[in-house]
Amino acid sequence: MIIKTKQAILASEITDPLIFKERRKIIKAMMATLVAGTGIASSLADTDNSIWSGLPKGEFSNDSLMPTPAEIVKNYTNYYEFTFNKKDATKLAQSLPTDPWSVEISGEVETPGNYYLEDILRQQTLQEYIYRFRCVEAWSMVVPWVGFSLGSLLKKAKPLSTANFVKFTSVYRPEVMPNQLNKKMLDWPYVEGLRMDEAMHPLTILAVGMYGDTMPKQNGAPLRLVVPWKYGFKNIKAIVKIELLKRPPTTTWNKFAPLEYGFYANINPAVAHPRWSQSSERQLGSGLFTPRRETEIFNGYGEQVASLYNNMDLRHFF
Amino acid sequence: MLSRLNTLWSWVIIAGLLPLLWLIINTAFDNLGGNPIQALHIRLGDWSLRFLYLTLAITPLQKVTQWRGMADYRQMLGLYAFFYATLHLLVYLLVDHGLMWRVIGIDIVESSYIWFGILAYSIVFGLALTSSKWAKKRMGKNWKKFHRFIYIAAIAAIIHYFWQLKGNLAEPLFYSLIIFLLLGFRVLVWLKNRKFSQLMIPGSQKVLLAAEKKAVVSSKSNKLNVK
Ligand code: HEM
Repeated sequence: MIIKTKQAILASEITDPLIFKERRKIIKAMMATLVAGTGIASSLADTDNSIWSGLPKGEFSNDSLMPTPAEIVKNYTNYYEFTFNKKDATKLAQSLPTDPWSVEISGEVETPGNYYLEDILRQQTLQEYIYRFRCVEAWSMVVPWVGFSLGSLLKKAKPLSTANFVKFTSVYRPEVMPNQLNKKMLDWPYVEGLRMDEAMHPLTILAVGMYGDTMPKQNGAPLRLVVPWKYGFKNIKAIVKIELLKRPPTTTWNKFAPLEYGFYANINPAVAHPRWSQSSERQLGSGLFTPRRETEIFNGYGEQVASLYNNMDLRHFF
Repeated sequence: MLSRLNTLWSWVIIAGLLPLLWLIINTAFDNLGGNPIQALHIRLGDWSLRFLYLTLAITPLQKVTQWRGMADYRQMLGLYAFFYATLHLLVYLLVDHGLMWRVIGIDIVESSYIWFGILAYSIVFGLALTSSKWAKKRMGKNWKKFHRFIYIAAIAAIIHYFWQLKGNLAEPLFYSLIIFLLLGFRVLVWLKNRKFSQLMIPGSQKVLLAAEKKAVVSSKSNKLNVK
């Protein structure tokens, strides 16, 4: 499904695979002793046969952030279509067929259409984006996503001047998604939305992979939204439809509990969830005696996005 | 007899420590999943709640089985509820927050479910302090009244549990059902006792009424006299 493009590398640059493996092992062993017990060592194993190593970095990718061990990211996801339990989501999500995959782009656009994912990818440049990810449940991680700018995809469909909002819809497959089948808790399929300017912002991406590899199914394969200054639930997984709308869409969590989950869902330590504080977060992969991290407004992306919300009362538009 | 009791005692003590041992092993072997600190903290809370429930289960069990010896273990189980709640609190303060008091302060003020945890803990703390035979003797009748606060602690703990939930309801519903049964049992007993005493009333009321009749008659006649 996904074209496995590798960058051309000069023969002289290629290290003999055996030597390479050996070298990695040594580095790994050294790292393991350095960071023993933190779980970081295991993440190094994942980059060995990655298909997208050495991608160019996205504009706001932050190289100084230490990615969370991949094993943790792969085994700690909320995927309520399958289960309410983070641990079981990994196993259950494997039953979702993701190949072939097509995405409908419609609504207030000049050229609506239904596209195969590989055709979409052929027109986009994949980049690596190392972003912070902060869940509304007050835990966070750092993920090196592989993806492309949402704005560049939307531009291809030529948005009309009447397009004010973007609505994203997740896959509906009750035969493999138990909570869809049993109509549990939320209204399925899962729907999320952004304002047009948020969607066009260069920070906003659609991701098809992470840690240099294709996206694991439990993390939203084959195509998911990543909006790093908004709580995790805005970052909708397994997208099948993108509609441009005049009016704001009704989004899943906002509909379920309007007082707890707003449409904007901007990360903001000063605006508590009605039942718990958002002032700090537990960083996954941090050691047993590392205290919580104090949450930053817009998850630290204020410089880039604060101007989108000038003159808005963030307490009211939470 | 005494030695048998003593071995049972040691079994209860050891059994109460097993969850802690299990947690320590899981922590040491990094078996607590992607968010080990939260897992550790949550599981200590779970065990505190379970021991609180076991403590509350003694009276109904005793009534049903007619085995009087159980009351001796109630104190032990209650102390374990206190023990695990204390560890739950210490992990929150020391491990999760590294004693960053400003962050802790904001967290507590903004998280209403923690208020109920603190209420439950304050009660359990007080009960643990006054759990000894010596305190029981000294407090006399007040002891029983004070220790009835365990019901409030149990209800506060279940609210504390429910209020912090992010998705899954199955487990807290299970715990709520148990607390409903445990407290329901006491309500039934209370109602039964009340009915019992009400049944006693008619007899005594007749006597009272008879006495009153006389009084009424006499008062009426008094009134008449006045007029
Ligand atoms: C007798 C007293 C207490 C009992 C029985 C108790 C029990 C529990 C239980 C059962 C949970 C939920 C675990 C789960 O999700 O499975 C919980 C969560 C929690 N408790 Fe307590 N608790 C008590 C006191 C406290 C106190 C005094 C504090 C803090 C000052 C506290 C802080 C928390 C926090 C922060 C959570 C949420 C953990 C998370 O979701 O990250 N608790 N507690």
